[in-house]
Amino acid sequence: MKHVKTTWTNIRRSPYQAFAAILIMMLTFLVISFFTFLIGGSSKIVNYFESKPQVTAFFKNEAKQSDINTLENDLQSSGKIASVKYVSKDEALKIYREQNKNDPLLLDLVTADILPASLEISSLKIEDLSSISDTLKKSPIVQEVVFQKDVVSTLTAWTSALRKIGLTLIVVLSLVSMFIMVTIIGIKISQKKDDIEIMRLIGATNWYIRWPFIFEGMFYGAIGAFLGWLISSLALWYATPLLESFLRGIPVLPVSPLVLFELLAVELVLAAILGAFSSFLAVLRYLK
Amino acid sequence: MIKLDNVSKKFGTGVFGLTDITLSVENGEFVFLVGPTGSGKTTIFKLLIREVLPTQGNITVNDWDVVKLPKQKIPHLRKKVGVVFQDLKLLFDRTIFENISLPLEVSGINSNEAKKRVEEVLTQVGLFSHKDKFPIQLSGGELQRAAIARALVLSPEILLADEPTGNLDSATSWEIVKLLSDINEKGTTIIMATHNADIVKSLSKRIIELEKGRLVHDGKHEKVHEAKKAHEEKEKKE
Repeated sequence: MKHVKTTWTNIRRSPYQAFAAILIMMLTFLVISFFTFLIGGSSKIVNYFESKPQVTAFFKNEAKQSDINTLENDLQSSGKIASVKYVSKDEALKIYREQNKNDPLLLDLVTADILPASLEISSLKIEDLSSISDTLKKSPIVQEVVFQKDVVSTLTAWTSALRKIGLTLIVVLSLVSMFIMVTIIGIKISQKKDDIEIMRLIGATNWYIRWPFIFEGMFYGAIGAFLGWLISSLALWYATPLLESFLRGIPVLPVSPLVLFELLAVELVLAAILGAFSSFLAVLRYLK
Repeated sequence: MIKLDNVSKKFGTGVFGLTDITLSVENGEFVFLVGPTGSGKTTIFKLLIREVLPTQGNITVNDWDVVKLPKQKIPHLRKKVGVVFQDLKLLFDRTIFENISLPLEVSGINSNEAKKRVEEVLTQVGLFSHKDKFPIQLSGGELQRAAIARALVLSPEILLADEPTGNLDSATSWEIVKLLSDINEKGTTIIMATHNADIVKSLSKRIIELEKGRLVHDGKHEKVHEAKKAHEEKEKKE
Protein backbone atom coordinates (compact mmCIF):
# COMPACT_ATOMS: atom_id res chain seq x y z
CA MET A 1 0.00 0.00 0.00
CA LYS A 2 2.87 2.31 0.93
CA HIS A 3 4.54 1.56 -2.41
CA VAL A 4 1.34 2.42 -4.26
CA LYS A 5 1.12 5.75 -2.43
CA THR A 6 4.76 6.55 -3.27
CA THR A 7 4.10 5.56 -6.88
CA TRP A 8 1.12 7.90 -7.08
CA THR A 9 3.16 10.78 -5.62
CA ASN A 10 5.90 10.15 -8.19
CA ILE A 11 3.39 10.21 -11.03
CA ARG A 12 1.68 13.38 -9.81
CA ARG A 13 4.94 15.24 -9.49
CA SER A 14 6.05 14.74 -13.08
CA PRO A 15 2.87 14.92 -15.17
CA TYR A 16 4.59 15.44 -18.54
CA GLN A 17 6.68 12.31 -18.23
CA ALA A 18 3.60 10.40 -17.12
CA PHE A 19 1.71 11.78 -20.10
CA ALA A 20 4.45 10.73 -22.55
CA ALA A 21 4.62 7.24 -21.06
CA ILE A 22 0.85 6.80 -21.19
CA LEU A 23 0.65 8.12 -24.77
CA ILE A 24 3.22 5.72 -26.16
CA MET A 25 1.58 2.81 -24.37
CA MET A 26 -1.79 3.95 -25.70
CA LEU A 27 -0.47 4.07 -29.26
CA THR A 28 0.97 0.58 -28.94
CA PHE A 29 -2.23 -0.90 -27.59
CA LEU A 30 -4.37 1.01 -30.06
CA VAL A 31 -2.45 -0.71 -32.86
CA ILE A 32 -2.65 -4.05 -31.06
CA SER A 33 -6.44 -3.68 -30.73
CA PHE A 34 -6.94 -2.62 -34.35
CA PHE A 35 -4.91 -5.49 -35.70
CA THR A 36 -6.70 -7.92 -33.41
CA PHE A 37 -9.99 -6.74 -34.91
CA LEU A 38 -8.65 -6.90 -38.47
CA ILE A 39 -7.04 -10.30 -38.12
CA GLY A 40 -9.96 -11.76 -36.17
CA GLY A 41 -12.46 -10.36 -38.65
CA SER A 42 -10.62 -11.48 -41.75
CA SER A 43 -10.10 -14.99 -40.33
CA LYS A 44 -13.84 -15.18 -39.74
CA ILE A 45 -14.50 -14.08 -43.31
CA VAL A 46 -12.12 -16.73 -44.64
CA ASN A 47 -13.83 -19.41 -42.51
CA TYR A 48 -17.17 -18.26 -43.78
CA PHE A 49 -16.11 -18.64 -47.40
CA GLU A 50 -14.43 -21.96 -46.72
CA SER A 51 -17.59 -23.37 -45.19
CA LYS A 52 -19.76 -22.15 -48.08
CA PRO A 53 -20.41 -24.08 -51.35
CA GLN A 54 -17.24 -23.71 -53.19
CA VAL A 55 -18.32 -23.58 -56.80
CA THR A 56 -21.41 -21.81 -58.04
CA ALA A 57 -22.61 -22.29 -61.61
CA PHE A 58 -25.03 -19.71 -62.95
CA PHE A 59 -27.25 -20.92 -65.79
CA LYS A 60 -28.18 -19.16 -68.96
CA ASN A 61 -31.78 -17.91 -69.14
CA GLU A 62 -32.62 -20.36 -71.89
CA ALA A 63 -31.37 -23.38 -69.90
CA LYS A 64 -34.08 -26.02 -69.61
CA GLN A 65 -34.92 -27.63 -66.31
CA SER A 66 -34.28 -31.10 -67.80
CA ASP A 67 -30.77 -30.12 -68.92
CA ILE A 68 -30.07 -28.76 -65.47
CA ASN A 69 -31.27 -31.99 -63.88
CA THR A 70 -29.04 -34.03 -66.19
CA LEU A 71 -26.05 -31.93 -65.27
CA GLU A 72 -26.87 -32.26 -61.57
CA ASN A 73 -27.11 -36.06 -61.90
CA ASP A 74 -23.84 -36.24 -63.84
CA LEU A 75 -22.10 -34.36 -61.06
CA GLN A 76 -23.66 -36.50 -58.33
CA SER A 77 -22.48 -39.67 -60.05
CA SER A 78 -18.88 -38.43 -60.36
CA GLY A 79 -18.36 -39.23 -56.66
CA LYS A 80 -16.48 -35.99 -55.99
CA ILE A 81 -19.44 -34.05 -54.71
CA ALA A 82 -20.36 -33.46 -51.07
CA SER A 83 -23.57 -31.61 -51.83
CA VAL A 84 -25.38 -29.92 -54.65
CA LYS A 85 -28.06 -27.36 -54.16
CA TYR A 86 -30.25 -26.00 -56.91
CA VAL A 87 -31.34 -22.39 -56.53
CA SER A 88 -34.17 -21.47 -58.89
CA LYS A 89 -34.81 -17.96 -60.20
CA ASP A 90 -37.61 -17.51 -57.64
CA GLU A 91 -35.41 -18.67 -54.79
CA ALA A 92 -32.64 -16.36 -55.99
CA LEU A 93 -35.11 -13.48 -55.89
CA LYS A 94 -36.13 -14.46 -52.37
CA ILE A 95 -32.49 -14.43 -51.23
CA TYR A 96 -31.93 -11.12 -52.98
CA ARG A 97 -35.00 -9.62 -51.30
CA GLU A 98 -33.85 -10.84 -47.93
CA GLN A 99 -30.40 -9.31 -48.38
CA ASN A 100 -31.78 -5.96 -49.52
CA LYS A 101 -34.89 -5.73 -47.41
CA ASN A 102 -33.84 -2.30 -46.14
CA ASP A 103 -33.45 -0.82 -49.58
CA PRO A 104 -36.84 -0.59 -51.38
CA LEU A 105 -35.30 1.01 -54.46
CA LEU A 106 -33.18 -2.08 -55.16
CA LEU A 107 -36.16 -4.34 -54.53
CA ASP A 108 -38.37 -2.54 -57.05
CA LEU A 109 -35.86 -2.81 -59.87
CA VAL A 110 -35.28 -6.53 -59.70
CA THR A 111 -37.56 -9.33 -60.81
CA ALA A 112 -37.04 -13.09 -60.95
CA ASP A 113 -36.28 -12.82 -64.69
CA ILE A 114 -33.06 -10.91 -64.19
CA LEU A 115 -31.61 -13.31 -61.65
CA PRO A 116 -30.11 -16.52 -62.97
CA ALA A 117 -30.83 -19.96 -61.56
CA SER A 118 -27.75 -21.60 -60.12
CA LEU A 119 -26.19 -24.76 -58.67
CA GLU A 120 -24.20 -24.41 -55.46
CA ILE A 121 -21.72 -27.27 -55.33
CA SER A 122 -19.31 -28.19 -52.59
CA SER A 123 -16.72 -30.88 -53.12
CA LEU A 124 -15.38 -33.54 -50.77
CA LYS A 125 -11.80 -32.59 -51.49
CA ILE A 126 -10.54 -29.14 -52.21
CA GLU A 127 -8.32 -30.51 -55.05
CA ASP A 128 -11.39 -31.64 -57.03
CA LEU A 129 -12.73 -28.12 -57.29
CA SER A 130 -10.82 -27.34 -60.48
CA SER A 131 -12.06 -30.42 -62.38
CA ILE A 132 -15.65 -29.78 -61.26
CA SER A 133 -15.33 -26.20 -62.35
CA ASP A 134 -13.97 -27.32 -65.76
CA THR A 135 -16.85 -29.76 -66.24
CA LEU A 136 -19.32 -27.01 -65.50
CA LYS A 137 -17.64 -24.51 -67.82
CA LYS A 138 -17.88 -27.00 -70.71
CA SER A 139 -21.66 -27.35 -70.32
CA PRO A 140 -23.54 -25.25 -72.91
CA ILE A 141 -26.23 -24.20 -70.44
CA VAL A 142 -23.80 -22.63 -67.96
CA GLN A 143 -23.33 -18.88 -68.23
CA GLU A 144 -20.69 -18.35 -65.56
CA VAL A 145 -18.79 -20.33 -62.92
CA VAL A 146 -17.82 -18.58 -59.70
CA PHE A 147 -14.96 -20.45 -58.22
CA GLN A 148 -14.82 -19.52 -54.53
CA LYS A 149 -11.42 -21.10 -54.12
CA ASP A 150 -10.01 -17.96 -55.75
CA VAL A 151 -11.88 -15.81 -53.28
CA VAL A 152 -10.64 -17.91 -50.37
CA SER A 153 -7.04 -17.94 -51.52
CA THR A 154 -7.04 -14.19 -52.15
CA LEU A 155 -8.53 -13.62 -48.72
CA THR A 156 -6.08 -16.01 -47.10
CA ALA A 157 -3.21 -14.16 -48.72
CA TRP A 158 -4.60 -10.87 -47.42
CA THR A 159 -5.09 -12.26 -43.95
CA SER A 160 -1.59 -13.61 -43.75
CA ALA A 161 -0.18 -10.31 -45.03
CA LEU A 162 -2.26 -8.47 -42.42
CA ARG A 163 -0.97 -10.81 -39.75
CA LYS A 164 2.63 -10.19 -40.76
CA ILE A 165 2.24 -6.41 -40.96
CA GLY A 166 0.34 -6.40 -37.67
CA LEU A 167 2.89 -8.50 -35.84
CA THR A 168 5.80 -6.45 -37.17
CA LEU A 169 4.11 -3.20 -36.15
CA ILE A 170 3.24 -4.56 -32.74
CA VAL A 171 6.77 -5.79 -32.10
CA VAL A 172 8.30 -2.50 -33.27
CA LEU A 173 5.88 -0.40 -31.22
CA SER A 174 6.33 -2.56 -28.15
CA LEU A 175 10.09 -2.13 -28.42
CA VAL A 176 9.72 1.62 -28.92
CA SER A 177 7.42 1.93 -25.93
CA MET A 178 9.74 -0.22 -23.87
CA PHE A 179 12.74 2.00 -24.65
CA ILE A 180 10.75 5.16 -24.01
CA MET A 181 9.57 3.75 -20.69
CA VAL A 182 13.12 2.77 -19.72
CA THR A 183 14.21 6.33 -20.52
CA ILE A 184 11.36 7.94 -18.59
CA ILE A 185 11.79 5.74 -15.52
CA GLY A 186 15.56 6.31 -15.83
CA ILE A 187 15.02 10.08 -15.74
CA LYS A 188 12.79 9.68 -12.70
CA ILE A 189 15.41 7.60 -10.92
CA SER A 190 18.05 10.23 -11.69
CA GLN A 191 15.76 12.96 -10.37
CA LYS A 192 15.35 11.07 -7.13
CA LYS A 193 19.00 10.15 -6.79
CA ASP A 194 19.42 12.05 -3.52
CA ASP A 195 16.27 10.59 -2.02
CA ILE A 196 17.36 7.11 -3.01
CA GLU A 197 20.80 7.62 -1.47
CA ILE A 198 19.21 8.80 1.77
CA MET A 199 16.83 5.85 1.86
CA ARG A 200 19.74 3.47 1.37
CA LEU A 201 21.74 5.12 4.14
CA ILE A 202 18.93 4.71 6.62
CA GLY A 203 18.55 1.05 5.80
CA ALA A 204 16.13 0.70 2.89
CA THR A 205 16.54 -2.53 0.96
CA ASN A 206 17.00 -2.42 -2.80
CA TRP A 207 13.52 -3.77 -3.41
CA TYR A 208 11.96 -1.19 -1.12
CA ILE A 209 13.40 1.44 -3.45
CA ARG A 210 12.63 -0.46 -6.65
CA TRP A 211 8.96 -1.37 -6.14
CA PRO A 212 7.49 2.13 -6.62
CA PHE A 213 9.27 2.40 -9.99
CA ILE A 214 8.03 -1.03 -11.08
CA PHE A 215 4.49 -0.08 -10.04
CA GLU A 216 4.83 3.15 -11.95
CA GLY A 217 5.68 1.26 -15.14
CA MET A 218 2.73 -1.07 -14.62
CA PHE A 219 0.44 1.89 -14.05
CA TYR A 220 1.51 3.62 -17.29
CA GLY A 221 1.09 0.34 -19.17
CA ALA A 222 -2.36 -0.36 -17.78
CA ILE A 223 -3.71 3.18 -18.34
CA GLY A 224 -2.22 3.30 -21.84
CA ALA A 225 -3.71 -0.10 -22.72
CA PHE A 226 -7.11 0.88 -21.38
CA LEU A 227 -7.15 4.10 -23.43
CA GLY A 228 -5.95 2.29 -26.57
CA TRP A 229 -8.63 -0.35 -26.12
CA LEU A 230 -11.31 2.26 -25.44
CA ILE A 231 -10.50 4.28 -28.57
CA SER A 232 -10.36 1.22 -30.83
CA SER A 233 -13.56 -0.23 -29.35
CA LEU A 234 -15.39 3.06 -29.82
CA ALA A 235 -14.11 3.26 -33.39
CA LEU A 236 -15.31 -0.30 -34.04
CA TRP A 237 -18.70 0.47 -32.54
CA TYR A 238 -18.98 3.60 -34.67
CA ALA A 239 -17.96 1.76 -37.85
CA THR A 240 -20.09 -1.34 -37.23
CA PRO A 241 -23.20 -0.22 -39.24
CA LEU A 242 -21.02 0.80 -42.19
CA LEU A 243 -18.99 -2.41 -42.13
CA GLU A 244 -22.10 -4.56 -41.71
CA SER A 245 -23.58 -3.25 -44.95
CA PHE A 246 -20.21 -3.74 -46.64
CA LEU A 247 -19.87 -7.34 -45.40
CA ARG A 248 -23.43 -8.12 -46.39
CA GLY A 249 -24.47 -11.53 -45.12
CA ILE A 250 -21.08 -12.50 -43.66
CA PRO A 251 -21.61 -12.98 -39.91
CA VAL A 252 -18.62 -11.06 -38.50
CA LEU A 253 -20.28 -8.08 -36.84
CA PRO A 254 -21.33 -6.89 -34.33
CA VAL A 255 -18.48 -8.04 -32.09
CA SER A 256 -19.91 -9.13 -28.75
CA PRO A 257 -19.01 -6.97 -25.71
CA LEU A 258 -17.76 -10.12 -24.01
CA VAL A 259 -15.06 -10.52 -26.67
CA LEU A 260 -14.11 -6.86 -26.24
CA PHE A 261 -13.78 -7.27 -22.49
CA GLU A 262 -11.70 -10.39 -22.95
CA LEU A 263 -9.43 -8.38 -25.23
CA LEU A 264 -9.23 -5.66 -22.57
CA ALA A 265 -8.27 -8.19 -19.90
CA VAL A 266 -5.53 -9.70 -22.08
CA GLU A 267 -4.24 -6.24 -23.02
CA LEU A 268 -4.16 -5.07 -19.40
CA VAL A 269 -2.10 -8.09 -18.41
CA LEU A 270 0.25 -7.62 -21.38
CA ALA A 271 0.58 -3.90 -20.64
CA ALA A 272 1.33 -4.48 -16.97
CA ILE A 273 4.00 -7.01 -17.94
CA LEU A 274 5.47 -4.67 -20.58
CA GLY A 275 5.45 -1.75 -18.12
CA ALA A 276 6.91 -3.75 -15.26
CA PHE A 277 9.59 -5.25 -17.49
CA SER A 278 10.60 -1.82 -18.85
CA SER A 279 10.80 -0.39 -15.34
CA PHE A 280 12.76 -3.41 -14.23
CA LEU A 281 15.28 -2.78 -17.00
CA ALA A 282 15.52 0.88 -15.97
CA VAL A 283 15.95 -0.08 -12.33
CA LEU A 284 18.72 -2.53 -13.22
CA ARG A 285 20.38 0.07 -15.40
CA TYR A 286 20.12 3.11 -13.13
CA LEU A 287 19.79 1.67 -9.61
CA LYS A 288 22.83 -0.43 -9.10
CA MET B 1 30.84 -2.46 20.75
CA ILE B 2 32.74 -0.91 17.87
CA LYS B 3 36.18 -2.14 16.90
CA LEU B 4 38.52 -0.97 14.18
CA ASP B 5 41.60 -3.07 13.66
CA ASN B 6 44.46 -1.70 11.52
CA VAL B 7 41.99 -0.01 9.25
CA SER B 8 43.26 1.96 6.26
CA LYS B 9 41.29 3.57 3.50
CA LYS B 10 42.95 4.60 0.29
CA PHE B 11 40.81 6.58 -2.10
CA GLY B 12 40.76 6.13 -5.87
CA THR B 13 43.02 9.13 -6.27
CA GLY B 14 45.75 7.33 -4.32
CA VAL B 15 45.32 9.57 -1.27
CA PHE B 16 45.03 7.83 2.08
CA GLY B 17 41.88 8.89 3.93
CA LEU B 18 42.78 6.78 6.94
CA THR B 19 46.00 5.07 7.86
CA ASP B 20 46.28 2.17 10.22
CA ILE B 21 43.53 3.06 12.66
CA THR B 22 43.00 0.78 15.64
CA LEU B 23 40.43 1.72 18.25
CA SER B 24 37.47 0.34 20.12
CA VAL B 25 34.42 1.90 21.67
CA GLU B 26 32.51 0.10 24.41
CA ASN B 27 28.75 -0.10 24.66
CA GLY B 28 27.21 2.99 26.27
CA GLU B 29 30.28 5.20 25.77
CA PHE B 30 30.18 8.83 24.61
CA VAL B 31 33.17 9.59 22.42
CA PHE B 32 34.23 12.75 20.67
CA LEU B 33 35.93 12.25 17.35
CA VAL B 34 37.96 15.39 16.73
CA GLY B 35 40.35 16.68 14.16
CA PRO B 36 40.54 19.26 11.39
CA THR B 37 38.55 19.02 8.17
CA GLY B 38 39.88 16.20 6.03
CA SER B 39 41.31 14.28 8.96
CA GLY B 40 39.08 11.26 8.30
CA LYS B 41 36.21 11.65 10.80
CA THR B 42 33.47 11.25 8.22
CA THR B 43 35.37 8.40 6.56
CA ILE B 44 35.26 6.46 9.84
CA PHE B 45 31.48 6.93 9.96
CA LYS B 46 31.16 5.85 6.35
CA LEU B 47 33.17 2.73 7.10
CA LEU B 48 31.02 1.91 10.14
CA ILE B 49 27.80 1.83 8.06
CA ARG B 50 29.50 0.17 5.07
CA GLU B 51 28.98 3.16 2.84
CA VAL B 52 32.59 2.52 1.82
CA LEU B 53 34.87 -0.48 2.33
CA PRO B 54 38.32 -0.20 3.92
CA THR B 55 41.38 -0.90 1.81
CA GLN B 56 42.67 -3.04 4.64
CA GLY B 57 41.83 -3.97 8.21
CA ASN B 58 38.80 -5.30 10.07
CA ILE B 59 35.77 -3.50 11.39
CA THR B 60 33.34 -4.94 13.91
CA VAL B 61 30.08 -3.28 14.89
CA ASN B 62 28.22 -5.23 17.59
CA ASP B 63 28.37 -8.76 16.23
CA TRP B 64 28.76 -7.78 12.61
CA ASP B 65 31.95 -8.19 10.66
CA VAL B 66 31.29 -5.07 8.60
CA VAL B 67 33.88 -5.80 5.93
CA LYS B 68 32.61 -9.29 5.18
CA LEU B 69 28.94 -8.41 5.61
CA PRO B 70 26.95 -9.69 2.60
CA LYS B 71 25.34 -6.93 0.56
CA GLN B 72 21.80 -7.92 1.44
CA LYS B 73 22.60 -7.63 5.16
CA ILE B 74 23.74 -3.99 4.87
CA PRO B 75 20.20 -2.62 5.48
CA HIS B 76 20.11 -4.58 8.79
CA LEU B 77 23.36 -2.97 9.90
CA ARG B 78 22.14 0.49 8.96
CA LYS B 79 18.96 0.03 10.96
CA LYS B 80 21.03 -0.70 14.06
CA VAL B 81 23.37 2.26 13.64
CA GLY B 82 21.68 5.66 13.64
CA VAL B 83 23.55 8.38 11.79
CA VAL B 84 23.14 12.15 11.98
CA PHE B 85 24.75 13.15 8.71
CA GLN B 86 26.84 16.27 8.36
CA ASP B 87 24.54 17.52 5.59
CA LEU B 88 21.52 16.12 7.50
CA LYS B 89 20.14 14.32 4.43
CA LEU B 90 16.54 15.20 5.17
CA LEU B 91 14.01 14.84 2.35
CA PHE B 92 12.81 18.33 1.54
CA ASP B 93 9.57 17.25 -0.06
CA ARG B 94 8.39 15.48 3.08
CA THR B 95 7.21 16.91 6.38
CA ILE B 96 9.28 16.52 9.55
CA PHE B 97 6.90 13.77 10.65
CA GLU B 98 7.32 11.92 7.36
CA ASN B 99 11.09 12.34 7.42
CA ILE B 100 11.34 10.88 10.88
CA SER B 101 8.98 8.02 10.17
CA LEU B 102 10.98 7.03 7.08
CA PRO B 103 13.28 4.55 8.85
CA LEU B 104 10.21 2.90 10.43
CA GLU B 105 8.50 2.78 7.07
CA VAL B 106 11.59 1.25 5.50
CA SER B 107 11.62 -1.38 8.27
CA GLY B 108 8.02 -2.29 7.53
CA ILE B 109 6.60 -1.19 10.88
CA ASN B 110 2.84 -0.63 10.75
CA SER B 111 1.66 2.93 10.55
CA ASN B 112 -0.10 3.10 13.96
CA GLU B 113 2.94 1.88 15.78
CA ALA B 114 5.16 4.13 13.68
CA LYS B 115 3.02 7.18 14.49
CA LYS B 116 3.31 6.50 18.20
CA ARG B 117 7.05 6.07 18.02
CA VAL B 118 7.62 9.18 15.87
CA GLU B 119 5.58 11.31 18.27
CA GLU B 120 7.60 9.94 21.16
CA VAL B 121 10.90 10.86 19.49
CA LEU B 122 9.59 14.25 18.37
CA THR B 123 8.70 15.02 21.97
CA GLN B 124 12.14 13.85 23.09
CA VAL B 125 13.92 16.26 20.71
CA GLY B 126 11.37 19.04 21.33
CA LEU B 127 9.96 19.23 17.81
CA PHE B 128 6.44 17.94 18.39
CA SER B 129 4.84 21.27 17.48
CA HIS B 130 6.76 21.34 14.17
CA LYS B 131 5.82 17.87 13.04
CA ASP B 132 3.73 18.98 10.07
CA LYS B 133 6.20 21.56 8.81
CA PHE B 134 8.55 21.01 5.92
CA PRO B 135 12.34 21.16 6.47
CA ILE B 136 12.55 24.52 4.69
CA GLN B 137 10.35 26.06 7.42
CA LEU B 138 12.72 25.11 10.26
CA SER B 139 15.83 26.78 11.69
CA GLY B 140 19.28 25.19 11.61
CA GLY B 141 19.03 23.91 15.19
CA GLU B 142 15.58 22.50 14.58
CA LEU B 143 16.76 20.72 11.44
CA GLN B 144 19.63 19.24 13.42
CA ARG B 145 17.13 17.97 16.00
CA ALA B 146 15.02 16.52 13.23
CA ALA B 147 18.04 14.67 11.88
CA ILE B 148 18.80 13.37 15.39
CA ALA B 149 15.19 12.29 15.79
CA ARG B 150 15.37 10.34 12.53
CA ALA B 151 18.58 8.65 13.66
CA LEU B 152 16.94 7.77 16.98
CA VAL B 153 13.58 6.55 15.80
CA LEU B 154 14.62 2.91 15.37
CA SER B 155 16.17 2.94 18.89
CA PRO B 156 19.66 2.17 17.56
CA GLU B 157 22.33 0.84 19.88
CA ILE B 158 24.86 3.16 18.30
CA LEU B 159 24.40 6.78 17.22
CA LEU B 160 26.98 8.45 14.99
CA ALA B 161 26.67 12.25 14.86
CA ASP B 162 28.77 13.95 12.21
CA GLU B 163 29.38 17.62 13.11
CA PRO B 164 25.91 18.07 14.58
CA THR B 165 26.85 21.54 15.83
CA GLY B 166 28.65 22.54 12.65
CA ASN B 167 26.56 25.50 11.59
CA LEU B 168 24.94 26.41 14.88
CA ASP B 169 25.43 29.24 17.34
CA SER B 170 26.90 28.26 20.68
CA ALA B 171 23.61 28.29 22.62
CA THR B 172 21.99 25.99 20.10
CA SER B 173 25.10 23.83 19.95
CA TRP B 174 24.87 23.30 23.67
CA GLU B 175 21.25 22.26 23.38
CA ILE B 176 22.21 19.65 20.81
CA VAL B 177 25.07 18.33 22.95
CA LYS B 178 22.73 18.20 25.94
CA LEU B 179 20.25 16.21 23.88
CA LEU B 180 22.96 13.76 22.79
CA SER B 181 24.14 13.38 26.40
CA ASP B 182 20.59 12.57 27.48
CA ILE B 183 20.36 9.95 24.76
CA ASN B 184 23.70 8.52 25.86
CA GLU B 185 22.49 8.30 29.45
CA LYS B 186 19.69 6.04 28.28
CA GLY B 187 22.32 3.58 27.08
CA THR B 188 22.99 4.47 23.45
CA THR B 189 26.65 4.49 22.40
CA ILE B 190 27.43 7.86 20.84
CA ILE B 191 30.30 8.94 18.65
CA MET B 192 30.18 12.64 17.87
CA ALA B 193 32.51 14.10 15.30
CA THR B 194 33.20 17.77 15.91
CA HIS B 195 35.81 20.47 15.79
CA ASN B 196 34.09 22.62 18.36
CA ALA B 197 36.86 22.85 20.95
CA ASP B 198 34.70 24.52 23.61
CA ILE B 199 32.27 21.67 23.74
CA VAL B 200 34.96 19.04 23.78
CA LYS B 201 36.86 20.80 26.57
CA SER B 202 33.92 21.35 28.84
CA LEU B 203 32.63 17.79 28.75
CA SER B 204 34.85 15.29 30.40
CA LYS B 205 34.45 12.57 27.78
CA ARG B 206 36.77 10.34 25.84
CA ILE B 207 38.35 12.07 22.86
CA ILE B 208 39.73 10.37 19.78
CA GLU B 209 41.81 12.76 17.74
CA LEU B 210 42.65 12.28 14.10
CA GLU B 211 45.08 14.16 11.95
CA LYS B 212 45.59 13.54 8.25
CA GLY B 213 43.96 10.16 8.58
CA ARG B 214 46.07 8.99 11.50
CA LEU B 215 44.96 8.46 15.06
CA VAL B 216 47.08 10.87 17.07
CA HIS B 217 45.49 10.71 20.53
CA ASP B 218 42.90 8.71 22.39
CA GLY B 219 41.84 9.58 25.95
CA LYS B 220 40.17 12.10 28.24
CA HIS B 221 40.57 15.79 27.58
CA GLU B 222 43.38 16.53 30.05
CA LYS B 223 45.38 13.57 28.88
CA VAL B 224 44.86 14.48 25.27
CA HIS B 225 46.04 17.97 25.99
CA GLU B 226 49.21 16.74 27.68
CA ALA B 227 49.92 14.20 25.02
CA LYS B 228 49.40 16.79 22.33
CA LYS B 229 51.92 19.08 23.95
CA ALA B 230 54.47 16.30 24.18
CA HIS B 231 53.82 15.41 20.54
CA GLU B 232 54.38 19.01 19.46
CA GLU B 233 57.59 19.29 21.45
CA LYS B 234 58.84 16.07 19.97
CA GLU B 235 58.12 17.40 16.47
CA LYS B 236 59.95 20.62 17.27
CA LYS B 237 63.00 18.73 18.43
CA GLU B 238 63.01 16.66 15.27
